[in-house]
Amino acid sequence: MPYNKRFDGRKFDELREISAEVGVIPNADGSAKFKIGKTIAIAAVYGPRVLHPRFLQDPIKGVLRCNYNMMSFSGSGERVRPGPSRRSKEISYLTEKALEPVLDLSEFPSAVIDVYIELLQTDAGTRCAGITAAALALADAGFPMKDLVSAVALGRIEDKIVLDVSKEEEDFEGGMADIPVAMLPRTGEITLLQMDGLVTLNELKEVLKSAKKACEQIYKVQKDALRARYLK
Amino acid sequence: MGELKVKDKDIVVPGDVLADGMDFLPAGGAFREGENIIASQVGVVSVNGRLLKLVPLNAKYLPKKGDTIIGKIADVTNNCWFVEIGYSNQACIPLRDGSMEYIPKGADLTQYYDYNDYVVANITNVSRSKEIDLSMKGPGLRKLSDGRIIKVNSAKVPRIIGKQGSMISMIKQMTDCRIIVGQNGLVWLYSVDPLKEAIAVEAIKKIEEKAHIQGLTDEIKVFLESKVGVKYAIQ
Amino acid sequence: MSNDIVTNHVINLIDKDVRLDGRKLDQFRDIKIEYGVSAKSAEGSALVKIGKTEVVAGIKMEVGEPYPDKLDEGTIIANVELLPLSSGEFESGPPTIKSIEMARSVVDRGLRESKAIDFKKLTIKKGEKVWTILIDAYSINDDGNLADAIGLATLAAIKDAKFPKYDEKEEKIDYKEKTKKSIELKELPIPVTVLKIKNKFVVDPVLDEENAMSARLTVTTIEDGRICALQKGGILPLTPEDIEKIIELATKKGKELRKLLK
Repeated sequence: MPYNKRFDGRKFDELREISAEVGVIPNADGSAKFKIGKTIAIAAVYGPRVLHPRFLQDPIKGVLRCNYNMMSFSGSGERVRPGPSRRSKEISYLTEKALEPVLDLSEFPSAVIDVYIELLQTDAGTRCAGITAAALALADAGFPMKDLVSAVALGRIEDKIVLDVSKEEEDFEGGMADIPVAMLPRTGEITLLQMDGLVTLNELKEVLKSAKKACEQIYKVQKDALRARYLK
Repeated sequence: MGELKVKDKDIVVPGDVLADGMDFLPAGGAFREGENIIASQVGVVSVNGRLLKLVPLNAKYLPKKGDTIIGKIADVTNNCWFVEIGYSNQACIPLRDGSMEYIPKGADLTQYYDYNDYVVANITNVSRSKEIDLSMKGPGLRKLSDGRIIKVNSAKVPRIIGKQGSMISMIKQMTDCRIIVGQNGLVWLYSVDPLKEAIAVEAIKKIEEKAHIQGLTDEIKVFLESKVGVKYAIQ
Repeated sequence: MSNDIVTNHVINLIDKDVRLDGRKLDQFRDIKIEYGVSAKSAEGSALVKIGKTEVVAGIKMEVGEPYPDKLDEGTIIANVELLPLSSGEFESGPPTIKSIEMARSVVDRGLRESKAIDFKKLTIKKGEKVWTILIDAYSINDDGNLADAIGLATLAAIKDAKFPKYDEKEEKIDYKEKTKKSIELKELPIPVTVLKIKNKFVVDPVLDEENAMSARLTVTTIEDGRICALQKGGILPLTPEDIEKIIELATKKGKELRKLLK
């Protein structure tokens, strides 16, 4: 059965409303809040700091350590028990991998750059919102970056490629393909790519094209947020 | 050949293309990627002939040899003091560089600098693995007492000091304050008049907030004059 | 007298009845309360800013069996997390004693001892099904006085909360549908933390002031001025006279803060 109209009425290549703000946590070296639809992610960067335990230290460069967490009341159903889950550990790891390619941490050997991501409210697209906020927080902190990282979740529902999958679409009865993508918008290089579901190669190509256009929009909002601090 | 995509004093963010072509030389937070010069940090563009420099507005302190810093004694052993300077590694004052006076071996080092003391010190060496050596031997280097310490972003230190120290001299003069600005962003102030000390702190915080604005020196001058009630004249 | 310049400076100012930011000793920073910050997911939520200190609290509700000795009562469970996001001093990991102390003494004790919530009204079916109100508070930025901010945020989140729809036949909660029913708050127990620095008493400390304290007492009071919770902290002792003065100060400030929640 073809998916002809999105549940929330959006166009197939339309993002939900996005907004970004930096410097939201004064104690942190850099921080940011990123909202996409009703998903709200905040990120804070602390570092370079001493890395314990010592065996984790890299004598050549600093280590990026990301910690992704959902607040207990941020899920749409029951309360989420506090503490790391297998899912949050996987997302933390993937977030590191999505951000590492843009960072040069050679000035901070043996140290750690901690990035903490908290979700205040979740409504699909959470790992991507976390990555987008984290990239902003790193830029806010002044760590040299080759580019920002922008991320968004795409999907295939029946015969359509959808941009910025909603919660209802994630839960689609017939099953769907969920494809989070993180990108360096300037060059289009991809630093996160996951897929749950079934797609053809052509569908994936369409996904990546749509992802680039969407990430460029997110990129603009990220950049405006960084500039806004200084354009008063 | 080669085109500048930004102007002098523009504010740019990571990923912004500053110029294309091979005409310009990148400096500071700007780097070359193929044909383009790109910004790697949030900062202010400075164009000087062919030199295209990006001055970051926020940055973590990177210790360099020759820097004068203010640090806090974090640990004391038999032959050195460990100092917290706002970097991932602590710095170290070895016994031999602890003081202009001779310190005998086996002396109780806490008699010179104790836990939680703040000191003004000079970085004598930064090794490749970022071990940082400090010395207390030199004019003005000493343990601090009285006064207060505030923390500013180390990227703003050049603005707070000003060209040839002009900004900080103005503040010191107008507020009768003794002020030491550490390259690592710690600032020590002391005035017999706590109200004047507070004015100096406010001036410094203003500079930190508006480091990217032009005409800042005049703005601070006007601010100080209004608070202190005297006109500023360079002495 | 400490040799730490920062601490000495704080103490010298307070000795002269002045604070770092020019406030009086019994003056709070600007307080902002925002309701429904996580309205899509939480049954109730609120964000509180005291100066630059920021905390967020959320309410989730669950249905389960009552305790065997309280067959006609629901209950509350309070949890506080001092997030490493909010300060370089907090580490990742299981709850520390500091966060446990806050959850127990600032949130739980205040609500329980003041009987702010009638647990009997949380019963759906005696002996079988009762509501549990789960309160989670998180620090977002620590610039001192997290305890009072968390106290306000949790009360504000409870005020903001609405029961979700409960299908008694299916024994299922439909979280997507909120009823118009709120949690009845019979009291607003307000915690106020007072620090003793040198010989003076200070409310709403910023971080540098917290580091300069000799002792602190968190006093939770209700509308009629009675005390429903007390918690002393800090390494030095307090005299009975100190405690009297602190309680008077905390009760006075508690009344002012309560107005913000009305």
